[in-house]
Amino acid sequence: MNTLVTQPKSQKKIDLQRFLEPYLYLSPALIIIALVIITPTLVGISYAFQSIELLNPFNGGWIGLTHFKTLFSDRYFFSALANTLDWTLISLFFQFSLGLGLALLLNRKFAGRKLVQALVFLPWAVPTFLSGLTWAWLFNPIIGILPHWMTSLGMLPEPYNILSDPHLAMYGPIVANVWFGIPFFAITLLAALQSVPSDLYEAAGIDGASSWQVFVKITLPFLAPMIAITVMLRTIWIANFADLIIVMTSGGPANSTQTLPSYIFTTAYRRLDFGYASAMAVMLLILLLLYTAILLKMRSKLSNGD
Amino acid sequence: MSIIVFTNFLKSVAHRFAILLYLVFALFPLYWLLKIAVTPDKLLYSEGVKLWPSEFTWVNFELVFTQSEFPTFFMNSAIVSSATALLTTLIAAAAGYAFCRFKFRGKLIITGLLLVTQMFPLVMVLAPIYKIMAPLGLTNSLLGLVIIYTAFNVPFAVFLMQSFFDGIPRDLEESAMVEGCSRFQALYKVIIPLTLPGMAATLGFVFTAAWSEMLFALMLISDSSVSTFPVGLLNFVSKFAVQWGQMMAAGVLALIPACIFFVFIQRYLVQGLTAGAVKG
Repeated sequence: MNTLVTQPKSQKKIDLQRFLEPYLYLSPALIIIALVIITPTLVGISYAFQSIELLNPFNGGWIGLTHFKTLFSDRYFFSALANTLDWTLISLFFQFSLGLGLALLLNRKFAGRKLVQALVFLPWAVPTFLSGLTWAWLFNPIIGILPHWMTSLGMLPEPYNILSDPHLAMYGPIVANVWFGIPFFAITLLAALQSVPSDLYEAAGIDGASSWQVFVKITLPFLAPMIAITVMLRTIWIANFADLIIVMTSGGPANSTQTLPSYIFTTAYRRLDFGYASAMAVMLLILLLLYTAILLKMRSKLSNGD
Repeated sequence: MSIIVFTNFLKSVAHRFAILLYLVFALFPLYWLLKIAVTPDKLLYSEGVKLWPSEFTWVNFELVFTQSEFPTFFMNSAIVSSATALLTTLIAAAAGYAFCRFKFRGKLIITGLLLVTQMFPLVMVLAPIYKIMAPLGLTNSLLGLVIIYTAFNVPFAVFLMQSFFDGIPRDLEESAMVEGCSRFQALYKVIIPLTLPGMAATLGFVFTAAWSEMLFALMLISDSSVSTFPVGLLNFVSKFAVQWGQMMAAGVLALIPACIFFVFIQRYLVQGLTAGAVKG
């Protein structure tokens, strides 16, 4: 204590400066995040308990849990929930397995690898609204070729637009999403592959391991942590990702492609019912938090089991 | 011996073939976009599904440039994306530097906060942001979009910049500080020049993300003079649903800046992520 008191004033000033310096560098980032992300989130949570319809401005005020009661009897909410699951799991499965395949192919040296890499990663840079439109056009029998190919392959009885068929429409945005998402997994997994120490492979080669054995015994265990984290983060990202659906089908036909985020967007953007949209968003947030909590719990159980 | 040579040959043929399949899948939709854009309107219905049209035209691009509002949309998007990229990179460079070089109270909490914002359902804040920004005059305004895009791109950009700063040895700025530079001078004169490639990559990432954002733009912009490209294109599509050639020509335009940036940054992608993966 004594030393502190007897310190010269200028030293104290320097200490304060030192203490504040990192926060000074951080402050612009923290301020803009607090103002544009955190504040609106809290406001949004409060909207879930209010009636806010821009088309009906006099019908305002706090209404408690009314939105949540409506929500539990809204069959579109539950069909959107089921669609969100389909959309997320099918997209994720194909993005991941095709992405892993691509990463393994690119992890070998061959002539023109740099160029190939730039070209196969291109879909990732295509703006999502354009990916959606491009695939919607490809599925259109007038100017697109896909319905004609699918008819020749016997998948369709005649060339028509699957985006207007309630049974098949969801596959449209899913194909677009797989096309757009393969590069993400390929890039992250390729990076992880390149960090596998090469002496492990050499040792396996000397022991005469087959390439399948090498893949299962060396490559996969090495990639596992990277796979776990990217799959977890990507699941949440895909579940939240509504752009392709909004562009390609806007949730139709007959709500058959409506996922929860696209339903929330439509409710806020077309019906201008901000209260109900926020209530559904709160439900979505709760579900995502539950998912994360379960995963983290499973992970800690697994690592304890080791 | 010859059997081994032969199987190796077969293997590399299979390898090339698999890569070819991926290339076709990745590029075919973009090829199709370009193909319809250069097909004359009169041939669309007779040859719409042919792999290559018998005639070729630039007229759709001419129409898009001279008769439509797309040049305005393009400029608006270019302004919003560049401003967002610059602002985000500056803010993220400062924060990334703090994360890399300082120990401070609350570091873990702030990192967690940044991570959480990455997993957040965007649709949750659409309505509140609209309600907050309307009275401030930030709806139907490019500035409003820049502010929102910056906020949502900062967290990822901070992690990216931090990894670039981590790659620069501490000794460099320490010796500059011994020579009498203040920390800020050392940062400005020694560290920043070394992170320029990293900053360029961050600029590219953020530009591309801002260029393709559409939900906030749809929600906040209704006036076509301040529409960004996605809003303009989607409105065009819903109004003139059969002007195929023009729609696709406009689509090709939307692709250009994203592709340039991507070709430019893609060599940093695997490199940067490898560094991140090694670091654990």
